[in-house]
Amino acid sequence: MNSSMNGKLLEIRDLSAGYSASVNIINDITMWVEDGEILTLIGPNGAGKSTLIKCLCGLLRYSSGSILFKQKEINGLKTHQIISQSIAYVPQTNNVFSRLSVEHNLDLGSLAHPQSRDQRLVHVFELFPDLKRYLGKKAGILSGGQRQMLAIARALMSSPKLLLLDEPSAGLSPLFRRQVFEHVTKIKETGVTVVMVEQNAKAALKISDRGIILAEGKLRLEGTAEEVLQSSEIGEIYFGAQNGSDA
Amino acid sequence: MIQFLIDGLVNGSIIALGAVGLSISYNVMRFANFAQGEVMAVGAYVSLGVLALMGLGIGKMGPVSFGWPLLVSILFSIMMTSIVVLITDLLVFRRLRDKDSSRITFIIVAFGISLIARNVIHLAAGGDQQFYSFYIPRAVQVFEGLKIVPDDMLILLITVLCVVLMHTFLNRTLIGKKMRSVAENPSLARVIGINVDQVIRGSWILGASLAAVSGTLHAHITQLDPEMGFELILPMFAALIVGGVTSIYGAVLGGLLIGMSEAIAVAIGWSSYRGAVSFLILILVLILRPHGILGEKERDA
Repeated sequence: MNSSMNGKLLEIRDLSAGYSASVNIINDITMWVEDGEILTLIGPNGAGKSTLIKCLCGLLRYSSGSILFKQKEINGLKTHQIISQSIAYVPQTNNVFSRLSVEHNLDLGSLAHPQSRDQRLVHVFELFPDLKRYLGKKAGILSGGQRQMLAIARALMSSPKLLLLDEPSAGLSPLFRRQVFEHVTKIKETGVTVVMVEQNAKAALKISDRGIILAEGKLRLEGTAEEVLQSSEIGEIYFGAQNGSDA
Repeated sequence: MIQFLIDGLVNGSIIALGAVGLSISYNVMRFANFAQGEVMAVGAYVSLGVLALMGLGIGKMGPVSFGWPLLVSILFSIMMTSIVVLITDLLVFRRLRDKDSSRITFIIVAFGISLIARNVIHLAAGGDQQFYSFYIPRAVQVFEGLKIVPDDMLILLITVLCVVLMHTFLNRTLIGKKMRSVAENPSLARVIGINVDQVIRGSWILGASLAAVSGTLHAHITQLDPEMGFELILPMFAALIVGGVTSIYGAVLGGLLIGMSEAIAVAIGWSSYRGAVSFLILILVLILRPHGILGEKERDA
């Protein structure tokens, strides 16, 4: 799959961050995200993938380096200020408000652009028609796969330019896993840039333009999805640990 | 007995309003606000101050022994208590949130603030009991064996109005929806772009407003004294836990149950044990439903 190469939407320069001042989880990460592409971050557990995503949406302050979104530094901004710049993040777990209805969940996604709520609703129902049936129901009754769909739909309600997905296929049945990747492809076709952290490396890279391998908090490889899939690093770092099994 | 139940319903409705305020702070800010009783006391004393400044007494509305002056004093009280809690949040609780302090730290600090507030009230207003009015409202005979004080009916009506407004606010307004989302999962609320600090300020105002209303109404049917907050906090916590801490409707139900159970205790001659009866109910409910009547299992988000 070819990158659209429309320019850098997100740039990360020499980024180091961790959960305590003395220990960094990620070190000197330099990478970028092209406008309109799907970029997959892969790596073994503890590689720093989720830490990196948390830095991108302001949940974690970084100790050094910089993050530029649309050429503007986002350091020092609070999470809601970063999210209001058309970045949407879907956490891996606890990603819907289970006591609220499906409709309320979707409404909360359109906080930044309430005037385009109805228009966005039509758009997300085109992608996730199943959600229409559950509109008035509490999100807590949905299955794991349906919750993931709702979480992604809510993120799309904010008309994001950049969508950050943290292991969207984790814990899902093979059917829902396939559906998630199909949806991500469709989302990209609407002009949304997607950065996806995934453990199902092969399936994720198949729909991606580029891939990045992180290991022990450092960037080990960056390239097109094809290059990353064919690389020896992926065997050593990732597939080796899983005996080559993948979705 | 019906007479006692009506008394219980009125006391319970005041406890319920305070408990709803507690429920909001517990769910949105994630700690048991032991200073909520003192917020009620501050509200009651502000009303007293406004009434004194206006110099018109508490007014009269038909058979009801209070009128617009007391209602105006409640509005001023809502404003003043909201300002007081927002300043307290800015100076104390916000700093604790920024430092990611533990829940126990919040609780101890709230307890400390309640002690400070109680003593400030003592210094400012004196330790003697005070009254909005010395007029004793007359009961009206509804039918044989049942007399109702019109004030009680209006207090019940005000409580119902507050709960309906609260329900509408939480379900129909944007800030209400944000508040519910922060109450359920603050981390997720933050990452979908909700300004959690703004929501917390809103919930302080909401809790303080309810405390101002319930504190003033409580002072109207009883009296004011600096210890009133401390006396109210235990039944309010009992109401909150009986109803289920995760549900504001549970807090209303719990408040009414506690009020009624205290009234029944008085009716059967256990007036010395009225406080103990509410805690007996609390224990029974928790054995049968550990999350309270309408509560759900809590999740640390």
